[in-house]
This record gives sequence, C-alpha cells and structure tokens, in this order.
Amino acid sequence: MGFANSQNKIIRWVEYRLPVLKWLDAQLIDYPTPKNLNYWWNFGSLAGVMLVVQIVTGIVLAMHYMPHGDYAFDSVEHIMRDVSWGWLLRYLHSNGGSMFFAVVYIHIFRGLYYGSYKAPREILWWFGLIILFLMMMTAFLGYVLPWGQMSFWAATVITSMFSAIPWVGDELVVWLWGGYSVDSPTLTRFYSLHYLFPFLIVGVVFVHLWALHVHGSNSPLGIDIKRPDQDKIPFHPYYTVKDLFGMMVMFFILAVFVFYLPNMLGEVINYEKANPLVTPPHIVPEWYFLPFYAILRAVPDKLGGVIAMGASISIFFVLPWLDVSKVRSAKFRPIYRQFFWIFLGDCIVLGIVGANPPEGTWLLMGRLATAYYFLHLLVIIPLIGKFEKPRPVPEGIGEPVLKDAGAPAKEG
Amino acid sequence: MGVPRVALFLAAAIGLAVALAGAALAGVARAAEEVELKEHDWAHAGVFSSFDPAQLRRGFQVYTEVCAVCHSMQYLAFRNLMEIGFSEDEVKELAADYVVIDGPDNEGEMFERDARPSDYFPSPFPNENAARYANNGAFPLDLSLIIKAREDGLDYVYSLLTGFEEEPPEGFELPEDFELADGMYFNRYFPGHQIAMPQPLYDDFVEYEDGTVASIDQMSEDVTVFLDWIAEPKSDERKKIGLRVLIFLAVFSALMYAVKVHVWSKLH
Repeated sequence: MGFANSQNKIIRWVEYRLPVLKWLDAQLIDYPTPKNLNYWWNFGSLAGVMLVVQIVTGIVLAMHYMPHGDYAFDSVEHIMRDVSWGWLLRYLHSNGGSMFFAVVYIHIFRGLYYGSYKAPREILWWFGLIILFLMMMTAFLGYVLPWGQMSFWAATVITSMFSAIPWVGDELVVWLWGGYSVDSPTLTRFYSLHYLFPFLIVGVVFVHLWALHVHGSNSPLGIDIKRPDQDKIPFHPYYTVKDLFGMMVMFFILAVFVFYLPNMLGEVINYEKANPLVTPPHIVPEWYFLPFYAILRAVPDKLGGVIAMGASISIFFVLPWLDVSKVRSAKFRPIYRQFFWIFLGDCIVLGIVGANPPEGTWLLMGRLATAYYFLHLLVIIPLIGKFEKPRPVPEGIGEPVLKDAGAPAKEG
Repeated sequence: MGVPRVALFLAAAIGLAVALAGAALAGVARAAEEVELKEHDWAHAGVFSSFDPAQLRRGFQVYTEVCAVCHSMQYLAFRNLMEIGFSEDEVKELAADYVVIDGPDNEGEMFERDARPSDYFPSPFPNENAARYANNGAFPLDLSLIIKAREDGLDYVYSLLTGFEEEPPEGFELPEDFELADGMYFNRYFPGHQIAMPQPLYDDFVEYEDGTVASIDQMSEDVTVFLDWIAEPKSDERKKIGLRVLIFLAVFSALMYAVKVHVWSKLH
C-alpha cells in the first residue's frame, strides 16, 4: 500500500532526491493507529478541514473586501449582493468560524476525558493550546472586519482590557488602536493580522501533528500499546474513510446553518454600520467566547478580570502536572469521570451567563461558576489524582487485528 | 460496532445544536422583555417558499410613494428591480423619473442627469445633517438592511408600521417617567414607545396597480416583505440551492457510512 512504490520514472527520479511520497506514506497511509478509536477521535481531522475551509473562503473574500472604515461595511454588502456566490462565501466563512470552534472544543473535551494531555503527549497538548489561542485571536480580529456596530464595540471593549495593565496600559492601547480610539487604522491592522494568523495556525498544526505522530494517538482505553501488530491498524483506509464520513456529517450541519440559519449565531445589530456615537445596549461576543466573557466580568476588578480570563486558558498548559493520576482514560477513573461532566456543565453555565447582562442572579451565577471552574482545575483534579482508586486497566486493546487471509468478511 | 457509535455521534451533533440554540436563545431572551410583537404569518419565509413578485412590486410602490420621502435605500440599484420581475424597459423608464448628480464633465462641472438602471436609488437628503434638519432633529434610517438589523425584523417592522395610536390606550403599561415629547408620536412597539416618525400609512394611501385593496395592514405587509427582499436579494437563491446541497450531503454521508462499514468489516 502506498504512493512510494510507484514504478513511474519521474516519480522514482523525484523520490530518489526528495522522498516526499515515502514521507506521506508513513504519515497518512501506513501510519499505525489504535484500532479502537471512537467517533470522538474524528474531531481533530474535522478541525483541520475547517481550517482549510476558512482559509480558502477567506482568501476569496479578501479579493472583494476593503479594509477601511469608510468602505468595509459597504464592501461586505457588495459581497452579499454583487459578487458571484459572494453570499455563500461570506456565510460559509462566518458560520465556518463557529463550526471550527465547535469541533475544536469537542476535540479538547475529548482530550480531557481520555487523558490525552498526559505523558508522553504534553508538548502535543501545548501546541494544541497554542492553536486555540491563535484561533481566538483570529476570530476576534475577523469579527471586527465587517465594521458593524458589534464589530466596532467588541473591538473597543476587548482592546480596552489592555488598559488595565499597570503603567504601560494606556500607551499600549493607543499603540494597538493606531490612534486615540478604534478607527480606520485599527481596522486596517486587524485585517492584516487576520490574514496572517491562519498561516501561523497552519504552521503550529504541523508541529501538533508531528508531536502526535511520535507516540501516536491516545485511545479510549488510554493505554500504552505494547503490541502494535495486534492493536494498531494502518490509517488508510480505516481512518481515512471514517474521517470522510465524519466530514460529510459536519458539512451537513454546517450547510443547515449556512443556507437556512445564516445569521442565527450573529448579532442583528452588526447589520448596522459602526457608529462611535451610539453604544449598543448589550455588547456581547460570539458564542464561543461567552464562557471567557463571563469569567472576565465575574471579577469585580478590571485587571483581576483580565488575569482571570487569561488564566482560564493558560492553566491548561500545566494540566499534565495538576492531574497526577497515571491512568489516562476516564473510563477507568470513576470519580474523575463524574467531575468531568460537572466541569463541562460548568462551562456551559458560564456560556449562558456570558450572554446575559452582569446583574443580579446572572452575576452571582457567573461568580459561582467561575469559582468552580478554577476549583476544578486547581484543587479537585489534583485531589482526585491523589486519592482516586482507578479500576484495573487492560493490557491491550483486544484480539489479533487482522483475520486470516481469505476468510469471508462477515463470518467468524 | 456501527449503529451505537453513529447514534452517539448524532447525539453529540444534536447536543451541540441544542447548546448553540440555547446560547442564542439566551441572547434573544434579553431583548424579549419589551412589548411582544405581532406574530404575522410570512408566506415567503418558509424553507420551501419564495417571494411573491406581485407582492414585492406592491411593496416597492409603497416604499417609493411613502417611505422614500424621508428614508434612503442605498443598496438598491434600479437594475436590481429586474430580479423581482420588472422588465428592462420598465426599469429604464422608472429610473428616468429620478435625477442623479454626475460629473465632473469636461469643464470640471458637476451636472444633473436622468438616472440609469445602473444607478443606485437617490437618497431623499444630501447628507445626515440635512435629513435631521428636515425631520425635527431625528434621522430617518436607511432601510436597506433594517429587517436584518432588528431582532425578528419582519414582525418588528410590521408591528411598528401598524402600531401607531393617537395616545397610549387604557391599561397600557408605560414607563413611570413617560411623557410624549413635542413632535413625537406614540407607538406601541418602538423602544420607549415614542417615535419621531408620524404614522406613515393610512387606508388607500397608495393605489395598487393590481387592484389589491390598500389597507394599512396590506401595505405594511407588502412593504415589509419588500424590505426583507432588499435586505438580502439572494435569499431565495440561497434557500433553493441549500435544499439541493442538503440532499446531496445526506446521500453522500450515507454512502460514506456504507463504505466505512464495508472497509471495517475486514477487522474483528
């Protein structure tokens, strides 16, 4: 199996000098993968697919978009009305961002459930977090580009956070803005960076995959595989076809949004052009930022809020050491498994709180949920790791993988 | 191993959709504390339905004869009207009724000429200041995107247009410090219940070419549908193509699933 065995003279000539097909064979075709991966393992490749969708649609949109305060909003309407398939490109890109975050969040929670962050995959985990961080930057920058009311005010609120930094905060904000308020120069630099960051993500994705392919995928059992001949199967055709199936299902869900609910995840007020003189009554970010927005607003102090929000993600860098349990998969960790679901629920509560004004019950809920968020990561996880009695972990995944050659497929 | 895993995957997908919808609904709930809008039945808004060209034509007539006195529509070019059933000659004729400023000519002077199909609909005022000056300080919004720029845009605009009353009716709950300011009008559905726009529509204000009775409700519905069209002229196309895409993806997903099951059947 593989490309590299080709007898074609030109291919052999190239392969002798630069064995690119041999490399692809090793990484995509023969690459040994645990045979028991469930559908939650689809989401890594789905994230990769979404990155490509975003880059391709984004490059074409950039051909028609104008990054200037006077023209940006009009150019987006030009894309919607006059550019061939412009409406499709724009709705794919705006809803594609949401889909990208959705699959990445599922991918991360899969890692949390099955302990994919534990040794020897810490660096793999770090690069995943760096991708998440870059994605958030890119999404925020991109949300500003249509230059609607929410674009403008989201940019104002988020950049103003930097003014909380002692001593240099105010100067830093002016430097970010390129002036004394969010204005056309801000938009132009955001556009430049919004175009740059996805390619940084591509680079980090390669490192992420490199690290992944050193020790291979974790699995639902979370065990080190000692007998690859029994427990691993080649990536192609087993996982290529499984990933293709998952991809089609994802595209179906994306298409439901693109064609029938294209503005459901957006804020209506963003169809009004940016106006520095009129502040919208409720400034809310996109849904994928809501939990972090809730944490930001749960802390009464501005600087404290910014630190809490930053910590809510950066804590995950040390998670491999906070979780001292040697057992990876929650399947064999009865206590951790329950707290995993509570933590997931806590994140959803934070998301709902983030969508609501920080007053009364919402504010109280936000504070409790924020406190629990950090309690889970900093206290509960280390304690469980120390005191939990995990269930016995199997030695291998199962019986020999491949049937005897020639045996009928469905029998036996 | 097939079916339960797929069920799990679908459950995850549905769970995700519910979570997203929940987050969106939580957002909508904030805004819903105002007066409840009229829930109108919009025949064109369904998944399988499309705009009625006759209604769009009526709505366009209401816009030009009533709304356009104050409200601009900057993204409407005369040529766009061909997308809703106007003939090229009709559009040329219609455009020629409007005057636009062009130039500079060879002597450097700006000049007026009749509009052409490629021109955009001229604004009633040269700039915002002029508009405010003529409207008691209020600025009549551009209406190109108004349906998309409001929660429940269709119901909101329809309710607003049919929500004028001489004065607040008995039993209507008003904010404590409510006082109708000079030159303001009561409207049940406008945020704060007072609006600088006087009631724009009265029965038989326009005379429809197709003989439809021009009641306030009818005109409000027609112009709201027209505004929905101009907010996104490609939405009919989007819905039509979407159906084909979804059918294709459903069939292809099923096919890929069958291939997956077949390939994996070689394993234990």
